[in-house]
Amino acid sequence: MSGGHAHALHIHGHSVVHRLPGHLKVAALVLFVAAVVATPARAVWAFGLDAAVLGLVAGLAGVPARFIARRMLVEVPFLAFAVLLPLVGEGPFFEFGGVRLSEAGLLAAWTILAKGSCGVVASILLAATTEIPDILAGLNRLRVPKAIVAIAGFMVRYLEVISGEVARMRVAMAARGYEPKSFWQVRALATSAGALFIRSYERGERVYMAMVSRGYAGTMPTFGETPTMTTDVVRALTLPGLAIITAAVALVVSG
Amino acid sequence: MHIPDGFINGTTSLGAVVIAAGGVGGALRRSATRLKDRQIPLAGLVAAFVFVLQMLNFPVLPGMSGHLLGGALAAILMGPSVAVVVVSVVIILQAMLFADGGVSALGLNLINMAVVTTLSGWIMFRLVRAPFRPSRRAVLGASFVAATLSVVVSAVLFVVEYAIGGVGGVNLLNVLLLMAGSHLLIGIGEGFITVAVVGAVLQARPDLVFGASDLAAEGGPRLPMKRFWILAGVAGAVLVSLTVFASSNPDGLQWVAEQTGFAQTAQGSLTATSPLSNYGTSGLSDAAGRIVAALVGIVVTFLLGWGTLAILRRRSPA
Amino acid sequence: MSASISVTDLTFSYPGGHKALDGVNLHIGAGEQVAMFGPNGAGKTTFALHLNGIHMPPVGAVVVGGTPLDDNSVMDIRRRVGMVFQDPDDQLFMPTVRQDVAFGPANFGITGDELDERVRDALAAVEMGHAIDRAPHHLSLGERRRVAVATVLASKPEILVLDEPSSNLDPASRRELATILKSLDVTMLMVTHDLPYALELCERAVIIDAGKVVADGGTRELLGDPDMLALHRLELPYGFDLKSV
Repeated sequence: MSGGHAHALHIHGHSVVHRLPGHLKVAALVLFVAAVVATPARAVWAFGLDAAVLGLVAGLAGVPARFIARRMLVEVPFLAFAVLLPLVGEGPFFEFGGVRLSEAGLLAAWTILAKGSCGVVASILLAATTEIPDILAGLNRLRVPKAIVAIAGFMVRYLEVISGEVARMRVAMAARGYEPKSFWQVRALATSAGALFIRSYERGERVYMAMVSRGYAGTMPTFGETPTMTTDVVRALTLPGLAIITAAVALVVSG
Repeated sequence: MHIPDGFINGTTSLGAVVIAAGGVGGALRRSATRLKDRQIPLAGLVAAFVFVLQMLNFPVLPGMSGHLLGGALAAILMGPSVAVVVVSVVIILQAMLFADGGVSALGLNLINMAVVTTLSGWIMFRLVRAPFRPSRRAVLGASFVAATLSVVVSAVLFVVEYAIGGVGGVNLLNVLLLMAGSHLLIGIGEGFITVAVVGAVLQARPDLVFGASDLAAEGGPRLPMKRFWILAGVAGAVLVSLTVFASSNPDGLQWVAEQTGFAQTAQGSLTATSPLSNYGTSGLSDAAGRIVAALVGIVVTFLLGWGTLAILRRRSPA
Repeated sequence: MSASISVTDLTFSYPGGHKALDGVNLHIGAGEQVAMFGPNGAGKTTFALHLNGIHMPPVGAVVVGGTPLDDNSVMDIRRRVGMVFQDPDDQLFMPTVRQDVAFGPANFGITGDELDERVRDALAAVEMGHAIDRAPHHLSLGERRRVAVATVLASKPEILVLDEPSSNLDPASRRELATILKSLDVTMLMVTHDLPYALELCERAVIIDAGKVVADGGTRELLGDPDMLALHRLELPYGFDLKSV
């Protein structure tokens, strides 16, 4: 898990992609991913098309390829799994470069690679072009339960505060000569994790008191929503729309 | 393990979304009833804590490291319903913001990591505590077992999901052994960390450990007993039927007959049991099936014995 | 707009049994600026939390501008008594400054254009209008303190209660905050260890120790009594000469 800081996820910009409202982009992500998952794996051309359209969006938004590549490192664990599949899969088998590979395993590996990567890049593009408050507001508009979105908002807000406290604790421990190298030394870290929980909980209670002091009575106040423009909807649907058409064609062609 | 897009087919993923929505929605309602107004800030802060904690990597084997899931820990500290909500928020944001876990696999990831890890961890925590008098040692011992096994349960569930809708290509029982085995190691790491964290919180603020609220001087909310005995009974029944099903497999009996000759095989008997060996041998799948059946049998016997002990303990004067 | 606040016989014990307040009596007139000193654990913060009903007085009474604090009046009193907590991170919990400052008035029923106006005016009062769409964690501590004050000012309170407003601020931020607080037309109670700050901003001071009011008088008079100060673990900073201020 990379767990990077929030600002490492976002590329500042004013492109047409950036200016689309959050809820449309989130919906577009979901539709795009659904289309990719529905696309039959053997239609290799279809994934090439999906990748090309993703590249187009990235270009329009000004998201550099190096940035995307770096964030794609989150894929490494399942890539490792994918690479193993042709080696340990079931028969029928075929020879390639002196190694016996499983056909089914190879197809499965390709499926994971293609679909997984498309999904990852699409998520990266969402985070890169949309500020977190807009993503959360978007989730609200898409009827995700308000409490979940509110809790998510607090989680994001206090993530840096809590990581800051962890960083300070590690510095304090390092200053006393503590640098865990083996598993058993992790115990002191885990004990300080207990202290971190208590601090987080107590802060949660203080935040609650601050909320109550400003009139909070159980429901978060709603701030006005701007009406959705048709032009924005059309723009947002371009990526998933193309992916859906591609998937449909691939499904029909493969019979 | 965060499942990415492409592992599991669309129909299964969609079904998982429906189940996850139900589970998380139910947990949300219960957690709102328990925490009332304080739900949003408290769950938000604890979610930030869990997220940061998940960055804790620990080595399990040379070159391989696992990281904390935190489901069982969250359940022991905050109670099961709040824990489900908290971990759900973490999983959702990981998928949307960090591309950790596919958007199409969100339902599956929520089930595996937010619902099943927390709930199974909580159930096992209560079950392990049951025969013993409320004590710090009982809480910590139960935390260890619960956290360790919750990780294994979640890994096994992933294999079941893969069996239902995975991209295929591998022999499932071998995948099961590989997943269960590696996650047992990760689970042990999680178990140790969970014990350390629960222990530290118990020391400083015992009132903040939901699972130990019967230890605190003032007493706390009474933990519902009857529900868990019903659950344990159901779990036991399911496991018993699985055992019966596995042992009725005729190939398994054949394998037992061959076993005496198996030991004499000169050709790499060690490599024959490794998951990466030649998968063409049908005998190996039966061996795996037999091992699973044996494990299930042991677990069932253990649970029945444990349950008997617990009932006897409740009957005896405190 | 300012109001008076009256506390009579306030007694409060925490669940563990520790008696934090033991019959506190304090009357603050409309428009007064009062500082509250005391050693750590004296009950200052606990006292402050009673002023807007976060703790409801189990024994004794709190009256704000003639309205007694009870379950019916508590929402109205929360609007009229603005509480600024010690750690600004505890009260800047929304994704943007705008939403934080709007949170209070929105809860009290203000919407639309009036809400926008409240937000702009409150931020202007603390000179943080430029930060309106920024995330709180991108601001410095001094800036966050000022925004925290704005979040409370947006509901147009009559009484402002501040808990250690100058702690951890660099000298320039401290100065900026003092200027802002002096410009406000509210009754003010400031809990603080920063004795010079209290002298600068509050004409009256109260000392609380072990849950009781042990001194109440002009700030200058109180600070000029070193024995009284020492008795309650207070002292003037090194080199601070009361006569020169």
